[in-house]
Amino acid sequence: MAEAPAAPSRATMKKELPERFRDYKHVWVNIELERGQVHPVSFELLGEGRKLADKLGVELAGVVIGGVNAGGREAAADAFEYGADVVYLVEHPVLADYRNEPYTRTLTELVNTYKPEILLLGATNLGRDLAGAVATTLQTGLTADCTELAVDADKSLAATRPTFGGSLLCTIYTLNFRPQMATVRPRVMAMPARQDGRAGRIVEHKVDLVEESLVTKVLSFLPDRNSSKSNLAFADVVVAGGLGLQSAENLQLVRALAGVLGGEWGCSRPCVQKGWAPADRQIGQTGKTIRPKLYIAAGISGAIQHRVGVEGADLILAINTDKSAPILDIAHFAVATDAIRFLPALTEAFRARLSIHSRDRLAG
Amino acid sequence: MHFVVCIKQVPDSAQIRVHPVTNTIMRQGVPTIINPYDLFALETALRLRDAHRGEVTVLTMGPPSAEDSLRKALTYGANRGVLLTDRFFAGSDTLATSFALSQAIRKIGEIWGPPDIVFAGKQTIDGDTAQVGPGIARRLELHQLTYISKIGHVDKDSGVIELERRAEGGTQSLGSRMPCLITMLEGTAEIRRGSLNDALRAARAEIVTWNAKDAGIEDMLKCGLRGSPTVVKRVFAPTPRAEKAKQIELQPKARATAEALLDTLFVAKPSLEGDMRTLAAGL
Repeated sequence: MAEAPAAPSRATMKKELPERFRDYKHVWVNIELERGQVHPVSFELLGEGRKLADKLGVELAGVVIGGVNAGGREAAADAFEYGADVVYLVEHPVLADYRNEPYTRTLTELVNTYKPEILLLGATNLGRDLAGAVATTLQTGLTADCTELAVDADKSLAATRPTFGGSLLCTIYTLNFRPQMATVRPRVMAMPARQDGRAGRIVEHKVDLVEESLVTKVLSFLPDRNSSKSNLAFADVVVAGGLGLQSAENLQLVRALAGVLGGEWGCSRPCVQKGWAPADRQIGQTGKTIRPKLYIAAGISGAIQHRVGVEGADLILAINTDKSAPILDIAHFAVATDAIRFLPALTEAFRARLSIHSRDRLAG
Repeated sequence: MHFVVCIKQVPDSAQIRVHPVTNTIMRQGVPTIINPYDLFALETALRLRDAHRGEVTVLTMGPPSAEDSLRKALTYGANRGVLLTDRFFAGSDTLATSFALSQAIRKIGEIWGPPDIVFAGKQTIDGDTAQVGPGIARRLELHQLTYISKIGHVDKDSGVIELERRAEGGTQSLGSRMPCLITMLEGTAEIRRGSLNDALRAARAEIVTWNAKDAGIEDMLKCGLRGSPTVVKRVFAPTPRAEKAKQIELQPKARATAEALLDTLFVAKPSLEGDMRTLAAGL
């Protein structure tokens, strides 16, 4: 790896951008393409990237990396309809499956060739794996799991994320290096409206990669069986439990209500840490971000960790004995009562109101 | 074989309290623990060592008190602990942290033999970035293998290693080569109960403590605040919404409260009732 230029001393921190970064321009979004499918977080990022690009008066570009005829052109067309002006398209047989090494080399080469000022990636397993390697190679700043992106008066990217284990927020800048990199978790940003028929320019870029030089091989891929997977992120109704439920058994009350409503169930981070529920049920900064029409938080105090994962809900109901719990800062309605006693009554009330006569059913 | 496991001492988030008025974190008296995600990496390394022979070196960067986390790792059976501590590291972001750790790993390699595998947890529970592992891999030019759910065949002579990796929507089976950097997924290998022997050894063990110079770091400009391209400009508590949640009046019977609640919800958001009816009807 090439040695990086020396970092700035503290004294130069606030000075202008170094000369070599002055021609870095435009906002890029990594379009995550795997086995012909674009991860929806890429479109959410295009929506956010569009706003940043308009504010800066620059172009919004999508980066599509994949195998030959593996959906790259379709992904580019999608990217245009979600707001991209340009798509940098790299197709090569060795890029058919995601692997860190060839993807890092490709994205790094694209950045060094076309010089974007901002590069956004989804905080998925793919995006995090790639972003960390690319940022280190480029020796630039990378801010993980941003919940808000904005452009400052001096045109730098202000990336806000939770800090201190999710109790506070902080705004982070990459002042003296380019590109300014950030990742955003799925569902944190709203899905932009699709503009049918919107078109853009494709820039095909050829990379010089040979399979023989790559050490890591993908031997096989086993898709998840969808039946057992939670659909929390996309559910219209979500019911979640926290430590206020006092035991793993009482999470059943949450599952029962979610089942009656045809929704999904989840829990707060401490519940997962106590082993009450599997990690894929965790809602919050380090778990799933949800955007349901109705979110019911039962016995959840609502640390920022949790809060940033549920703020996108249309309507939030908190069931919590503690009237000063932070969840009440974001909930629209609250019932100050013991969730263990109240959940069964609420389940019955919903069942009657929504005229559901079918037998009990467990969600997920 | 030689395994280096990078760990971080973090505040036990289950015991963190947020000040009710200032909404700031109350750090005083919060016990520290080894980042829980790192324990899966440590246990995986210990099992590989037990199966293939060799040594496990545990490395951490932090204040002098981070020694506790290394001693804890020794009670599980790690062979040695290395603490990287220097005021020059203060304010390091992930890029500066991965620089310092990678230099220390080089030094560890010089003294106790180059590592076959460098392990890290998936991410920490306090920073949650998942960036330091990949950063170390790039700097040491190790094959980067993140979100590993299972390590299969390991051939120490040929250096071949087979693993399973959690990808989006499924599991990748990978073939790769050592030396490599692996970040382990949670739930993969529960940490063992250490033996009495290890506990006794850990209590007496000398923790190797290095400052930047000891670790062979010459370029201090790459360390700490000065080596960090990211700058934290503002730390703040989120602004609460203008109004707090509207409390639903409690009735003597829970069911009556629930009915009143539904009335309120459906009045506040008229489209919700129809949406929920449709959803429930789909069951």
